[in-house]
Amino acid sequence: MSHDHDHDDHHHHDNHFSPMEARVRALETILTEKGLIDPKAIDVIVETYETKIGPRNGARVVAKAWAEPDFADWLKRDATAAIASLGYTGRQGEHMRAVFNDGETHNLVVCTLCSCYPWSVLGLPPVWYKAPPYRSRAVIDPRGVLSEFGVTLPEDQKIRVWDSTAELRYLVVPQRPEGTEGLDQEALADLVTRDAMIGTGLALMPKARP
Amino acid sequence: MSRCETLADTPGLPKSAEGDPVFAEPWQAQAFAMTVRLHEQGVFSWAEWAEALSREVHQPGRAVDGADYFDCWVTALSSLLSERGVASEAEQTALSDRWARAAEATPHGKPILLGNAG
Repeated sequence: MSHDHDHDDHHHHDNHFSPMEARVRALETILTEKGLIDPKAIDVIVETYETKIGPRNGARVVAKAWAEPDFADWLKRDATAAIASLGYTGRQGEHMRAVFNDGETHNLVVCTLCSCYPWSVLGLPPVWYKAPPYRSRAVIDPRGVLSEFGVTLPEDQKIRVWDSTAELRYLVVPQRPEGTEGLDQEALADLVTRDAMIGTGLALMPKARP
Repeated sequence: MSRCETLADTPGLPKSAEGDPVFAEPWQAQAFAMTVRLHEQGVFSWAEWAEALSREVHQPGRAVDGADYFDCWVTALSSLLSERGVASEAEQTALSDRWARAAEATPHGKPILLGNAG
Protein backbone atom coordinates (compact mmCIF):
# COMPACT_ATOMS: atom_id res chain seq x y z
CA MET A 1 0.00 0.00 0.00
CA SER A 2 1.43 3.41 -0.90
CA HIS A 3 0.47 6.83 0.32
CA ASP A 4 1.03 10.15 -1.40
CA HIS A 5 1.52 11.85 1.89
CA ASP A 6 2.10 10.89 5.48
CA HIS A 7 -0.74 10.31 7.83
CA ASP A 8 0.45 11.39 11.22
CA ASP A 9 -2.91 10.66 12.70
CA HIS A 10 -2.92 7.10 11.45
CA HIS A 11 -4.42 4.66 13.91
CA HIS A 12 -5.77 1.23 13.29
CA HIS A 13 -9.47 0.71 13.42
CA ASP A 14 -10.30 -0.71 16.78
CA ASN A 15 -14.03 -0.22 16.45
CA HIS A 16 -16.15 -2.29 14.18
CA PHE A 17 -19.87 -2.98 14.00
CA SER A 18 -21.18 -6.24 12.63
CA PRO A 19 -24.02 -5.72 10.10
CA MET A 20 -26.51 -6.59 12.86
CA GLU A 21 -25.02 -4.14 15.34
CA ALA A 22 -25.13 -1.40 12.71
CA ARG A 23 -28.73 -2.23 11.81
CA VAL A 24 -29.85 -2.19 15.44
CA ARG A 25 -28.17 1.20 15.93
CA ALA A 26 -29.93 2.48 12.81
CA LEU A 27 -33.32 1.29 14.02
CA GLU A 28 -32.71 2.84 17.41
CA THR A 29 -31.84 6.18 15.78
CA ILE A 30 -34.91 6.15 13.52
CA LEU A 31 -37.32 5.10 16.27
CA THR A 32 -35.91 7.66 18.69
CA GLU A 33 -36.18 10.46 16.13
CA LYS A 34 -39.78 9.51 15.44
CA GLY A 35 -40.56 9.53 19.14
CA LEU A 36 -41.52 5.84 19.14
CA ILE A 37 -38.92 4.83 21.69
CA ASP A 38 -36.91 6.57 24.36
CA PRO A 39 -33.35 5.20 24.70
CA LYS A 40 -33.66 5.49 28.50
CA ALA A 41 -36.75 3.28 28.48
CA ILE A 42 -34.85 0.77 26.36
CA ASP A 43 -31.98 0.76 28.84
CA VAL A 44 -34.42 0.07 31.65
CA ILE A 45 -35.77 -2.97 29.81
CA VAL A 46 -32.26 -4.22 29.04
CA GLU A 47 -31.25 -3.67 32.66
CA THR A 48 -34.04 -5.88 33.96
CA TYR A 49 -32.58 -8.77 32.03
CA GLU A 50 -28.86 -8.21 32.33
CA THR A 51 -28.95 -8.54 36.10
CA LYS A 52 -30.84 -11.81 35.89
CA ILE A 53 -28.49 -13.39 33.42
CA GLY A 54 -25.52 -14.63 35.32
CA PRO A 55 -22.16 -14.49 33.57
CA ARG A 56 -21.72 -18.16 34.33
CA ASN A 57 -18.90 -18.78 31.88
CA GLY A 58 -16.56 -16.30 33.54
CA ALA A 59 -17.61 -17.47 36.99
CA ARG A 60 -16.61 -21.03 36.11
CA VAL A 61 -13.22 -19.81 34.88
CA VAL A 62 -12.64 -18.00 38.18
CA ALA A 63 -13.82 -20.96 40.29
CA LYS A 64 -11.47 -23.28 38.43
CA ALA A 65 -8.58 -20.89 38.96
CA TRP A 66 -9.33 -20.76 42.68
CA ALA A 67 -9.52 -24.54 42.97
CA GLU A 68 -6.70 -25.59 40.64
CA PRO A 69 -3.33 -23.82 40.96
CA ASP A 70 -2.15 -25.24 37.63
CA PHE A 71 -5.12 -23.73 35.86
CA ALA A 72 -4.55 -20.42 37.66
CA ASP A 73 -0.95 -20.40 36.37
CA TRP A 74 -2.11 -21.10 32.84
CA LEU A 75 -4.75 -18.37 33.12
CA LYS A 76 -2.07 -15.91 34.24
CA ARG A 77 0.26 -16.82 31.39
CA ASP A 78 -2.20 -17.30 28.54
CA ALA A 79 -5.78 -16.44 29.44
CA THR A 80 -6.99 -16.76 25.84
CA ALA A 81 -5.94 -20.41 25.65
CA ALA A 82 -6.94 -21.29 29.21
CA ILE A 83 -10.43 -19.87 28.73
CA ALA A 84 -10.79 -21.44 25.28
CA SER A 85 -9.95 -24.83 26.82
CA LEU A 86 -13.30 -24.58 28.63
CA GLY A 87 -15.08 -23.90 25.35
CA TYR A 88 -15.68 -20.18 25.85
CA THR A 89 -14.41 -18.29 22.85
CA GLY A 90 -15.41 -14.88 21.63
CA ARG A 91 -17.03 -14.58 18.26
CA GLN A 92 -14.54 -11.96 17.18
CA GLY A 93 -11.53 -13.96 18.32
CA GLU A 94 -10.41 -11.32 20.78
CA HIS A 95 -7.59 -11.96 23.21
CA MET A 96 -8.24 -12.22 26.90
CA ARG A 97 -6.02 -11.33 29.77
CA ALA A 98 -6.80 -12.33 33.35
CA VAL A 99 -5.77 -9.87 36.04
CA PHE A 100 -5.65 -11.26 39.57
CA ASN A 101 -6.67 -9.31 42.63
CA ASP A 102 -4.52 -9.80 45.71
CA GLY A 103 -3.91 -8.05 49.00
CA GLU A 104 -1.77 -5.42 47.29
CA THR A 105 -3.74 -4.68 44.13
CA HIS A 106 -7.37 -4.45 43.12
CA ASN A 107 -8.09 -4.46 39.38
CA LEU A 108 -10.85 -2.52 37.64
CA VAL A 109 -11.76 -2.71 33.95
CA VAL A 110 -13.18 0.18 31.95
CA CYS A 111 -14.28 0.91 28.42
CA THR A 112 -17.08 3.13 27.14
CA LEU A 113 -17.74 0.91 24.18
CA CYS A 114 -19.84 -2.17 24.42
CA SER A 115 -17.82 -3.55 21.51
CA CYS A 116 -14.91 -3.91 23.93
CA TYR A 117 -16.71 -6.11 26.40
CA PRO A 118 -15.94 -9.84 26.64
CA TRP A 119 -19.53 -11.01 26.58
CA SER A 120 -18.59 -14.58 25.70
CA VAL A 121 -17.23 -14.74 29.24
CA LEU A 122 -19.16 -12.09 31.14
CA GLY A 123 -22.57 -12.10 29.51
CA LEU A 124 -24.28 -8.76 28.87
CA PRO A 125 -22.49 -5.58 29.85
CA PRO A 126 -24.27 -3.53 32.47
CA VAL A 127 -25.83 -0.34 31.11
CA TRP A 128 -23.66 1.86 33.33
CA TYR A 129 -20.52 0.27 31.90
CA LYS A 130 -21.23 1.94 28.57
CA ALA A 131 -21.85 5.36 30.09
CA PRO A 132 -19.05 7.87 29.37
CA PRO A 133 -19.06 9.20 32.97
CA TYR A 134 -18.18 5.76 34.33
CA ARG A 135 -15.08 5.50 32.20
CA SER A 136 -13.73 8.97 32.84
CA ARG A 137 -14.48 8.86 36.55
CA ALA A 138 -13.07 5.36 36.93
CA VAL A 139 -9.75 6.62 35.61
CA ILE A 140 -9.65 9.80 37.71
CA ASP A 141 -11.24 8.57 40.92
CA PRO A 142 -11.44 4.77 40.99
CA ARG A 143 -11.84 4.68 44.77
CA GLY A 144 -14.83 7.02 44.57
CA VAL A 145 -16.48 4.94 41.84
CA LEU A 146 -15.90 1.76 43.83
CA SER A 147 -17.44 3.26 46.94
CA GLU A 148 -20.58 4.02 44.92
CA PHE A 149 -20.73 0.31 44.17
CA GLY A 150 -20.46 -0.32 47.90
CA VAL A 151 -16.86 -1.49 47.72
CA THR A 152 -14.45 -0.02 50.23
CA LEU A 153 -10.90 -1.22 49.90
CA PRO A 154 -8.14 -0.97 52.49
CA GLU A 155 -6.25 2.32 52.09
CA ASP A 156 -3.02 0.51 51.27
CA GLN A 157 -4.53 -1.64 48.50
CA LYS A 158 -3.64 -0.13 45.14
CA ILE A 159 -6.23 0.11 42.37
CA ARG A 160 -5.11 -0.63 38.86
CA VAL A 161 -7.41 0.46 36.03
CA TRP A 162 -7.35 -1.51 32.76
CA ASP A 163 -8.68 -0.14 29.52
CA SER A 164 -10.23 -2.80 27.29
CA THR A 165 -9.61 -2.64 23.58
CA ALA A 166 -11.26 -4.51 20.74
CA GLU A 167 -8.22 -6.80 20.59
CA LEU A 168 -7.58 -7.32 24.28
CA ARG A 169 -10.21 -7.73 26.94
CA TYR A 170 -9.78 -8.25 30.63
CA LEU A 171 -11.21 -10.61 33.17
CA VAL A 172 -10.68 -9.72 36.80
CA VAL A 173 -10.06 -12.74 39.01
CA PRO A 174 -11.34 -11.66 42.42
CA GLN A 175 -9.78 -12.90 45.64
CA ARG A 176 -11.22 -16.13 46.93
CA PRO A 177 -13.35 -15.39 49.99
CA GLU A 178 -12.37 -16.90 53.32
CA GLY A 179 -14.31 -19.86 54.60
CA THR A 180 -14.71 -21.48 51.17
CA GLU A 181 -12.20 -24.33 51.60
CA GLY A 182 -14.84 -27.06 51.52
CA LEU A 183 -16.76 -25.82 48.47
CA ASP A 184 -16.68 -27.51 45.10
CA GLN A 185 -16.20 -25.52 41.90
CA GLU A 186 -19.90 -25.21 41.21
CA ALA A 187 -20.54 -23.70 44.64
CA LEU A 188 -17.50 -21.45 44.21
CA ALA A 189 -18.79 -20.20 40.85
CA ASP A 190 -21.99 -19.06 42.57
CA LEU A 191 -19.92 -16.60 44.60
CA VAL A 192 -18.47 -14.93 41.50
CA THR A 193 -20.65 -12.05 40.31
CA ARG A 194 -20.32 -10.18 37.06
CA ASP A 195 -19.32 -7.04 38.93
CA ALA A 196 -16.55 -8.99 40.68
CA MET A 197 -15.13 -9.90 37.26
CA ILE A 198 -15.18 -6.26 36.12
CA GLY A 199 -13.70 -5.15 39.42
CA THR A 200 -16.65 -3.07 40.61
CA GLY A 201 -17.48 -5.74 43.15
CA LEU A 202 -15.91 -8.46 45.26
CA ALA A 203 -16.69 -12.16 45.32
CA LEU A 204 -19.62 -12.95 47.61
CA MET A 205 -19.11 -14.48 51.03
CA PRO A 206 -20.48 -18.02 51.29
CA LYS A 207 -23.92 -18.21 52.90
CA ALA A 208 -24.11 -19.89 56.26
CA ARG A 209 -25.28 -23.45 55.78
CA PRO A 210 -28.72 -24.14 57.22
CA MET B 1 -57.60 -15.48 24.06
CA SER B 2 -57.96 -14.00 27.52
CA ARG B 3 -54.31 -14.01 28.44
CA CYS B 4 -52.30 -10.96 27.46
CA GLU B 5 -49.33 -12.17 25.50
CA THR B 6 -46.02 -10.44 25.83
CA LEU B 7 -42.95 -10.43 23.63
CA ALA B 8 -41.29 -12.79 26.10
CA ASP B 9 -43.76 -15.43 24.83
CA THR B 10 -42.31 -15.24 21.33
CA PRO B 11 -41.71 -18.78 20.03
CA GLY B 12 -38.08 -19.86 19.92
CA LEU B 13 -36.78 -17.09 22.16
CA PRO B 14 -33.77 -18.46 24.06
CA LYS B 15 -34.56 -18.49 27.79
CA SER B 16 -32.84 -19.20 31.06
CA ALA B 17 -34.03 -21.82 33.53
CA GLU B 18 -35.99 -19.05 35.26
CA GLY B 19 -37.82 -18.20 32.04
CA ASP B 20 -36.00 -14.96 31.27
CA PRO B 21 -34.77 -14.22 27.75
CA VAL B 22 -31.07 -14.94 27.24
CA PHE B 23 -28.93 -12.83 24.95
CA ALA B 24 -25.53 -13.73 23.58
CA GLU B 25 -24.59 -10.18 22.61
CA PRO B 26 -25.72 -6.71 23.64
CA TRP B 27 -27.34 -5.80 20.31
CA GLN B 28 -29.71 -8.73 20.76
CA ALA B 29 -30.96 -7.36 24.06
CA GLN B 30 -31.27 -3.94 22.45
CA ALA B 31 -33.34 -5.34 19.58
CA PHE B 32 -35.51 -7.29 22.01
CA ALA B 33 -36.09 -4.23 24.21
CA MET B 34 -37.00 -2.00 21.25
CA THR B 35 -39.52 -4.59 20.04
CA VAL B 36 -41.04 -4.87 23.52
CA ARG B 37 -41.47 -1.09 23.62
CA LEU B 38 -43.00 -0.84 20.13
CA HIS B 39 -45.43 -3.61 20.97
CA GLU B 40 -46.38 -1.91 24.25
CA GLN B 41 -47.09 1.26 22.32
CA GLY B 42 -49.33 -0.53 19.87
CA VAL B 43 -47.14 -0.10 16.77
CA PHE B 44 -47.90 -3.75 16.06
CA SER B 45 -49.84 -6.52 17.76
CA TRP B 46 -48.28 -9.65 19.18
CA ALA B 47 -49.81 -11.75 16.39
CA GLU B 48 -48.39 -9.45 13.72
CA TRP B 49 -44.97 -9.66 15.33
CA ALA B 50 -45.09 -13.45 15.67
CA GLU B 51 -46.04 -13.76 12.01
CA ALA B 52 -43.25 -11.45 10.82
CA LEU B 53 -40.67 -13.34 12.89
CA SER B 54 -41.95 -16.73 11.83
CA ARG B 55 -41.62 -15.70 8.18
CA GLU B 56 -37.92 -14.92 8.73
CA VAL B 57 -37.15 -17.97 10.85
CA HIS B 58 -38.56 -20.22 8.13
CA GLN B 59 -36.65 -18.66 5.26
CA PRO B 60 -34.48 -21.21 3.43
CA GLY B 61 -30.85 -21.11 4.50
CA ARG B 62 -31.46 -20.24 8.13
CA ALA B 63 -29.39 -22.05 10.76
CA VAL B 64 -30.91 -25.34 11.90
CA ASP B 65 -29.68 -24.85 15.46
CA GLY B 66 -31.20 -21.39 15.76
CA ALA B 67 -27.80 -19.68 15.98
CA ASP B 68 -29.11 -16.83 13.82
CA TYR B 69 -32.34 -16.42 15.75
CA PHE B 70 -31.69 -12.77 16.57
CA ASP B 71 -30.56 -12.04 13.01
CA CYS B 72 -34.06 -13.19 12.05
CA TRP B 73 -35.49 -11.06 14.84
CA VAL B 74 -33.82 -7.89 13.56
CA THR B 75 -34.74 -8.62 9.95
CA ALA B 76 -38.37 -9.19 11.00
CA LEU B 77 -38.41 -5.93 12.93
CA SER B 78 -36.92 -4.11 9.94
CA SER B 79 -39.54 -5.42 7.53
CA LEU B 80 -42.38 -4.71 9.91
CA LEU B 81 -41.25 -1.11 10.33
CA SER B 82 -40.93 -0.75 6.59
CA GLU B 83 -44.41 -2.24 5.99
CA ARG B 84 -45.86 0.10 8.61
CA GLY B 85 -44.32 3.07 6.82
CA VAL B 86 -42.15 3.96 9.85
CA ALA B 87 -38.94 3.80 7.81
CA SER B 88 -38.28 2.45 4.33
CA GLU B 89 -35.75 -0.31 3.76
CA ALA B 90 -33.57 2.16 1.82
CA GLU B 91 -33.59 4.60 4.73
CA GLN B 92 -32.71 1.84 7.20
CA THR B 93 -29.87 0.53 5.02
CA ALA B 94 -28.38 3.97 4.45
CA LEU B 95 -28.41 4.68 8.17
CA SER B 96 -26.90 1.26 8.99
CA ASP B 97 -24.05 2.04 6.59
CA ARG B 98 -23.48 5.38 8.30
CA TRP B 99 -23.32 3.71 11.71
CA ALA B 100 -20.83 1.14 10.38
CA ARG B 101 -18.66 3.98 9.02
CA ALA B 102 -18.99 5.88 12.29
CA ALA B 103 -17.68 2.85 14.22
CA GLU B 104 -14.69 2.49 11.91
CA ALA B 105 -13.91 6.20 12.19
CA THR B 106 -14.06 6.32 15.99
CA PRO B 107 -10.78 5.91 17.85
CA HIS B 108 -10.70 3.58 20.82
CA GLY B 109 -11.96 5.06 24.06
CA LYS B 110 -14.29 7.59 22.42
CA PRO B 111 -18.01 7.00 22.22
CA ILE B 112 -19.21 5.94 18.78
CA LEU B 113 -21.42 8.79 17.53
CA LEU B 114 -23.24 9.00 14.22
CA GLY B 115 -21.52 12.32 13.49
CA ASN B 116 -18.16 10.50 13.38
CA ALA B 117 -19.16 8.93 10.06
CA GLY B 118 -18.31 12.26 8.41
